[in-house]
Amino acid sequence: MSSHANRRSLFDTKIVRRASIDALAKLSPRVMMKNPVMFVVEIGSILTTVLLISNFVTHSGHLSFNLQITLWLWFTVLFANFAEAMAEGRGKAQADALRLAKSETTAYLVVNGVVKEVPSSQLRVDNVVRVNAGQMIPGDGEVIEGVASVDESAITGESAPVIREAGGDRSAVTGGTRVLSDVITVRITSNPGETFLDRMIALVEGAERQKTPNEIALNILLAGLTIIFLFAVVALQPFAIYSGAPQTIFVLISLLVCLIPTTIGGLLSAIGIAGMDRLVQHNVLATSGRAVEAAGDVNTLLLDKTGTITIGNRQASEFVVAPGVTPEQLADAAQLSSLSDETPEGRSIVVLAKEKYNLRGRELVQLNAEFVPFSATTRMSGIEVDGRSIRKGAVDAITNYLREHKSQMPPEVLATVETISRAGGTPLIVTENGRALGVIHLKDVVKGGMKERFDQLRAMGIRTIMITGDNPLTAAAIAREAGVDDFLAEAKPKDKMDLIKREQADGKLVAMTGDGTNDAPALAQADVGVAMNSGTQAAKEAGNMVDLDSNPTKLIEIVAIGKQLLMTRGALTTFSISNDVAKYFAILPAMFAGVFPVLNALNIMHLHNAESAVLSAVIFNALIIVGLIPLALRGVGYRPMSAAALLRRNLLVYGAGGLIVPFIGIKFIDIIITALHLA
Amino acid sequence: MSLNGSLQISLFIATILLLAKPMGTYLTHVFEGRKTFLDPVAGPCARLLYRVTRIDPAHEMRWTEYAISMLVFSGVTALLTYGIERLQHFLPLNPQHLANVEPALALNTAISFTTNTNWQSYSPESTMSYLTQMLGLATHNFWSAAVGMALAVAFIRGIARRESKTLGNFWVDLTRGTLWVLLPLSIVFSLALVSQGVVQNFKAYDTATLVEAQKITGADGKPATVTTQTIAQGPVASQEAIKMLGTNGGGFFNANSAHPFENPTPVSNFLQMLSIFLLPAGLAVSLGQMVGSPKHGWAVLAAMVVLWFAGTLTCYWAESQPNPLLHNVDQHVSLTQSGGNMEGKEVRFGIANSALFATVTTDASCGAVNSMHDSFTPLGGMVPMVNILLGEVVFGGVGAGLYGMLVFVIMAVFIAGLMVGRTPEYLGKKIESYDVQMSMLYLLIFPFIILGFAAVTVLMPNLGLSSLANHGPHGLSEILYAYTSATGNNGSAFAGLNANTHWYNYSLTVAMFFGRFMMIIPMLAIAGNLARKKIVPASAGTFPVTTPLFTLLLTGVIVIVGALTFFPALTLGPILEHLLLHAGHTF
Repeated sequence: MSSHANRRSLFDTKIVRRASIDALAKLSPRVMMKNPVMFVVEIGSILTTVLLISNFVTHSGHLSFNLQITLWLWFTVLFANFAEAMAEGRGKAQADALRLAKSETTAYLVVNGVVKEVPSSQLRVDNVVRVNAGQMIPGDGEVIEGVASVDESAITGESAPVIREAGGDRSAVTGGTRVLSDVITVRITSNPGETFLDRMIALVEGAERQKTPNEIALNILLAGLTIIFLFAVVALQPFAIYSGAPQTIFVLISLLVCLIPTTIGGLLSAIGIAGMDRLVQHNVLATSGRAVEAAGDVNTLLLDKTGTITIGNRQASEFVVAPGVTPEQLADAAQLSSLSDETPEGRSIVVLAKEKYNLRGRELVQLNAEFVPFSATTRMSGIEVDGRSIRKGAVDAITNYLREHKSQMPPEVLATVETISRAGGTPLIVTENGRALGVIHLKDVVKGGMKERFDQLRAMGIRTIMITGDNPLTAAAIAREAGVDDFLAEAKPKDKMDLIKREQADGKLVAMTGDGTNDAPALAQADVGVAMNSGTQAAKEAGNMVDLDSNPTKLIEIVAIGKQLLMTRGALTTFSISNDVAKYFAILPAMFAGVFPVLNALNIMHLHNAESAVLSAVIFNALIIVGLIPLALRGVGYRPMSAAALLRRNLLVYGAGGLIVPFIGIKFIDIIITALHLA
Repeated sequence: MSLNGSLQISLFIATILLLAKPMGTYLTHVFEGRKTFLDPVAGPCARLLYRVTRIDPAHEMRWTEYAISMLVFSGVTALLTYGIERLQHFLPLNPQHLANVEPALALNTAISFTTNTNWQSYSPESTMSYLTQMLGLATHNFWSAAVGMALAVAFIRGIARRESKTLGNFWVDLTRGTLWVLLPLSIVFSLALVSQGVVQNFKAYDTATLVEAQKITGADGKPATVTTQTIAQGPVASQEAIKMLGTNGGGFFNANSAHPFENPTPVSNFLQMLSIFLLPAGLAVSLGQMVGSPKHGWAVLAAMVVLWFAGTLTCYWAESQPNPLLHNVDQHVSLTQSGGNMEGKEVRFGIANSALFATVTTDASCGAVNSMHDSFTPLGGMVPMVNILLGEVVFGGVGAGLYGMLVFVIMAVFIAGLMVGRTPEYLGKKIESYDVQMSMLYLLIFPFIILGFAAVTVLMPNLGLSSLANHGPHGLSEILYAYTSATGNNGSAFAGLNANTHWYNYSLTVAMFFGRFMMIIPMLAIAGNLARKKIVPASAGTFPVTTPLFTLLLTGVIVIVGALTFFPALTLGPILEHLLLHAGHTF
């Protein structure tokens, strides 16, 4: 994969510096209000600050303790802001790199056949520009004339040039990429400020970030829990007064802040931003966070056979001879007939002949041969050389050809043809002077490791459906070999659409990839539609993700990233809530053991004294946010397995871990602050 | 703790688990409108009812209509009860010529029985006439339980239905729950109780001459001698049956199930405990059957059993402990004594059956008592309180327990569901922000009312604290327990608190009202919203809701969400009292 170029170290000093400043800027209540949990902490901090000042003026209260509590409360807010700023900062760094590609260029506008120089910012939709070798493409558009190799490394990070040509599914070009050879004429398809690059920058910067549905739901849960704990703490003071042990506001706010889910509340938006960022690192752009979430939920993957499950084209894998023919004879004829056949299939026949029978490539000119190209009427190709008339083609075409030569297909050859078809291969029959020599087995080659990946997907409860234009027999064989769950053979765009709708009617979420204009409706219908960057503009507009590497297999990674995002959220929520148990055991005895020494029985951590206990809990609560930033940004470890196994593992790590870790952490902090005589 | 006691407790839960499936299957048949063996009897009655009241049984209701029907029904029947109480002096079946009930108490009682709480701020035998008990109160025992079942069934339909706007018909569910389930069960159960000696008559109260005259301090503070005792009578067995089956808990007598006429023998005691859990356990099985995942029903039931077991074990253990203040006295279990803490317990039940009864009655929202929770050891008495604070979802009230549990299931699925890498879904239904919002509302109301009222009460020396018999942490427990019991619609009293004052009568009325209806509305809103959704087919990637791990998770969420909210209050109440007791202080 080419995405390594985009990977940054977790704590890049430049990002950290910028994030630290942003964390302060985010203290503005207008910003904080979007995060109810941290907003409550900020209000608590303001309250303690005001009280601290009045303490200071009136020389009342325990200044050192109150000051430390106040500071740590502020740190809690700042750490949460810092986490978010860090996540955003990583996006911003990516955006800066993209902006370099966005610098103003000169466009060669074609108006009525006359070329005019204008700045690229003046281009509008439907303008036509000419781009020569070495020049920057001035805006997003579609090639309407010519073929060129284009360097798209500015947006994809991939240094190998790609071919862009008029017509077909490789016509879209992106502003900011460079033409390396030839000349193309491009029709501009977006206005300045709305180009792909502009949208990309906005996306990675998180400027347009909206909360995803699940994030909103989780926020409601966290706000609800915050209110519940607010009740619990507010009601505690009357109970404390009744019991003759009233508490200071500092301690009550400390208890509140420790109980409300600040860990997940502080890291929630960072997790979301980081999820998008991980996609960007895989060179995938999602138009919304919603799409990333949907990726985690996908039930059905539609994968195109060619290029995704099998490597691009069929390859010759075997020569099967007719009775009375030697393998060398067949290989020789097959090679001769394919020397001028520039299709990948043709080339693979030459390669096979060389590998198996050591037949070297020969030059047609030297042979004084005449190549017979493939035509729609004969549906055969071949060669005339030294009086040898060699043809190769599909069964029915060759049968007709033999009939014309008053010859017949040997039944053994027909049997071979049947066997090859059944195995998912394509048989090509080779004849010489009206006699069938044998069959070339063209085979779809399933990419390495695909079966394992489909097994993993199955374990995760995801069904894969292979989409192919092949006949059902061939499709079934390849499906079996690749290990997909189902296939759609002889698929037309409408069949694909119907399949998606059928799956969705059952309540399933469907993901697919596509690049052609005729894929666009299906891409729009699918819950996760990944358009290939090499595809048409229509496809890119219809999908909700674009893969800059144009690698259809990446759909599987996208699903994994979606799942990882959701798992990270769940894990930190569980962790955060489990943490409360230990905090109770730290703070409650500290609050009341002064009046009721018997309550020291609850001080199971044996914290040094009441103040060190409260302070330790507050410090732990603040530091755990920082401690978990790497996890929030990187996401929890993820291996494909069944939901039951994932739940077992994550509950153990984050549920049980969440119960135990704070006991250790708080005790440790207590030891340190006691040693430093801070409490 | 003794082997004998442990065996009795084991026998109890084994019987419940044995009865759960047949009961659940029957309930499923009743509420899915399938054939049952009672159709020939109940069918014509129901049809007649529908014709008279002009109800179209085929009419399907959206959640809003379902909620409004339920509210109207509850409102009208509550008013009826209020009227009967206020006018009982002029009405028949009042051999003791009891006066009309005063307004605050009448309102409190009407709401109390309508909400399935059966909190009793009064002594029934000296306050309520036979007519009031039968027509005003016992009817509510049926209705409030039938309403609870109807609501639970509506919620289950919300989960089971696919892209549907409706949840069934409230009137039909109410009718079927009463005629097919509660009424027949009560008849059988009443007869069983009568066989054990529970009284059933309309006689005036008997007077017995005491064998030995008792010297007491009279109401005026002067010493007095008592030579006779009034023995209350009444139609007890018929009311007792539905009191337990409907998890109502309102006793015919003040002593409730500790009274020998209500609960005379260990057999009747066993039957009473069984009948508290019978319908809630059956409903859990029904849940599994109706949503098409029987194992899920059992997983939910398993969580209930785990929490029941934890409570019973703690309570039984705590009550079996010798009192630390009596360290010179032999308090061990032996053939001649029960050992442990027998204060406030009936000798015919002993510690095991008292601890079990206390746990069962508060796990469910029953509230009947066969011993005085106020006299339990601090930790033993904390168990009933914690049971209610968890939201009474451990079996829980008839219907109410199950829908409360389902809200926790939604919470558990939402919190942990993300950890399997999918947005949370419960039995194929996506849990989205609206569902979370309503669940949080449901969960918020509970601590808001309990902690709010308790906090205000402890700050008011005249209105609040003057009713306390004990001070210190025990007093706090008494106040906390009262609001917990009312809001949780349990109705059991910790005792030690005179709640028949204007402040307590009114504030507890509000607590009972909100604790029932303000929680039902968001719950039905969730059901209505779930019904509308598609069902995502299950796969290996689906969050598992049928495994022991799910049971563990659900238990954990109930304990953490429930207990964390109330842990500070409990620390200053029972926990502090327990620690102080061991340091030599009592209250």
